[in-house]
Amino acid sequence: MTEVVSTTPGLYPLPEWAKDELAGMKGRQKGGLVSGSESEAVAAAYERAREEVLGLQTEAGLDLPVEGQLRWDDMLAHPLAVSDAVDTRGIVRYYDNNNFYREPVVTDDLTATGDVAAELAAAEEFVDDGLNAVLPGPWTLADLASDEHYGDEAAFLDAIAAFLAAEIEQFPDVETLFLLEPSLLESPPGDGPDERASEAIDTVADAADADVVAHTYWESHGGDGNIDEKVYAHLLDADIEAVGFDFVANHEDTAYVVGEYGCTDDVALGVVNGKNTRVESPEEITDRVEWALSNTPGTDFETVYATVNAPTFYLPSTTFEEKLAALGSIARTEVTA
Amino acid sequence: MTNREQFRPEDHPNDHFLLTTVVGSYKKPKWLDRARDRFEDEDADFGEAEFAEAKDDAARLITEEHERAGLDVVVDGEMRRNEMVEYFAHLIEGYEFNGRVKVWGHNYFDKPSVVDDVAYGEEWLVDEYEFTSSVASRPVKVPITGPYTLANWTFNEAYEDDEALAYDLAELVNTEIERLVDAGARYIQIDEPALATTPDDHAIVGECLERIVAEIPDDVRIGVHVCYGDYSRIYPEVLDYPVDEVDLELTNGDYEQIDVFTDPEFTLDLALGVVDNHTAEVESVAQIKENILQGLKVVPPERLTISPDCGLKLLPREVAYGKMENMVRAARVIRSCVTNFGSAGEHWRFGPRRQSSVSWEQKELRTTV
Repeated sequence: MTEVVSTTPGLYPLPEWAKDELAGMKGRQKGGLVSGSESEAVAAAYERAREEVLGLQTEAGLDLPVEGQLRWDDMLAHPLAVSDAVDTRGIVRYYDNNNFYREPVVTDDLTATGDVAAELAAAEEFVDDGLNAVLPGPWTLADLASDEHYGDEAAFLDAIAAFLAAEIEQFPDVETLFLLEPSLLESPPGDGPDERASEAIDTVADAADADVVAHTYWESHGGDGNIDEKVYAHLLDADIEAVGFDFVANHEDTAYVVGEYGCTDDVALGVVNGKNTRVESPEEITDRVEWALSNTPGTDFETVYATVNAPTFYLPSTTFEEKLAALGSIARTEVTA
Repeated sequence: MTNREQFRPEDHPNDHFLLTTVVGSYKKPKWLDRARDRFEDEDADFGEAEFAEAKDDAARLITEEHERAGLDVVVDGEMRRNEMVEYFAHLIEGYEFNGRVKVWGHNYFDKPSVVDDVAYGEEWLVDEYEFTSSVASRPVKVPITGPYTLANWTFNEAYEDDEALAYDLAELVNTEIERLVDAGARYIQIDEPALATTPDDHAIVGECLERIVAEIPDDVRIGVHVCYGDYSRIYPEVLDYPVDEVDLELTNGDYEQIDVFTDPEFTLDLALGVVDNHTAEVESVAQIKENILQGLKVVPPERLTISPDCGLKLLPREVAYGKMENMVRAARVIRSCVTNFGSAGEHWRFGPRRQSSVSWEQKELRTTV
């Protein structure tokens, strides 16, 4: 029997009041962005915002809440942006979007900061059951960053994986860990790097005492393909519980790849569009889950994470809340593969 | 005669006409921001008429500021527009607004959603153009956000894909340009910054432009502005666009991409960014002259337009003004030193006009002008 669990890949939009309050305290220029040593007033505002988005998830009926990653000014580059071994430089484009982040340049040995662990610990007190922790996957984080220290791409990827593993070792108990890996689609590793990308995910997953989901999706506005078959075949070698897929961008080709190559024991289905304001109904989301399961022959998943295809900071707060409510209301037991 | 000759000032002293202009947006005076706050405050005694008067005052002030800087073609600094997509989305039928979304850090944008087929709706820019040209003594350019950017920077809930939405929006832009031309406008700039984010869609932008220019007379100058991207991904394809001029940001990247445009030959007019709109330091005349010379690697002077990289709205006004003023000075020095030799456009060299036909290399010019 397949268990359907609703969750999200995090990186939520700030509540409206927090957009203004934090802009007032931090300014609108790059110098004011999160560094890991925010003032008490800024930290307090983020705490209130965190409590609010955890409450929203409870209210919506989501099975597995996330901390919300509201402090992640630099989106998936955040874990590096708060490291002393990293210079945050000019504003650069975030994938093929009208979004920008500070380019993180690694200039020294990377060591764990405990920044994400502290966020999760702060979130714990507001949830009854487990949390879903969110991190960039190693391939993605290496892709978003620049290296002026480790020297070559393979060494840099290893260092990023070890850095993420060290961060995870400081985590409190979490139920699952979503490793967000859009760069596996956006900048797919070629021959050689594809195996290393999988090994790097292995390194990170080994450090986690939780079910690990490597979530692959399009972060770019216009992305509409599916994961490269060879990259996917290597990804299946990693010691992870589930792969996540973007079933919004291209459901047919994605289903084909899953059917052709098989999958992990569990799966995450990105069936809610995190980059469009059209709000799907709970029935529509349930239908998409059923479609995905019935079009991936040979699979028999234990757990299906019904989720949003991409992080939701792209959405206005009101639409985001409506999507959470719809996702939290999907049928859990009627799913028939 | 090309359609750029109509913008040459009557008292222009040189053969070569390096047209100077700006991309469009300009810092709003603080009092205009305060006027908008009061207009949006239901409790304030500040209605439509008062806000309209404030916008007229700002448009007049900034148009005159552009003229004072010495630009050949001016704009009103887009004083009536709040943002390049939002402004049009409020006027076009089929759009709705759901709230702000993040661009970067704590910078947000009220990104609209298309929820129904788009239709023309309220008048866009004719009033703006008529007012600006009534207060300007120089020719006026009209920047319009292009249909591809209007489609791409929108949540598309109603159309099969962004391409279909962009084509419908292109028809509306065409309608607007026809109205502007009827009102006397002769210089239109289509702003397509979204092309830089998704360069593989250059053919969609080209198809949009075909629809935009349909039945627009040849004496109306049409430019397209693109910024902040990898130009090698859209060149040479942009040369097939049905426009007179391509306007590019290049100062920001220190002209690292200039060679992209030398092979194959650049066959349109080039509007070259020569000052950086993301730095608060005013570039010196000497530095801007160097930047202009980069453009002369690509096109001869009679096909070169001089402009900032992009809109100046994020800069303090005095800095923006300083940049425009130095840009005009640098262009004047260069055009007084460029001399034509041989047939039109093929053999041009630098030098005071009295000089003999000994050709000067660009390197020498750098040290002498």
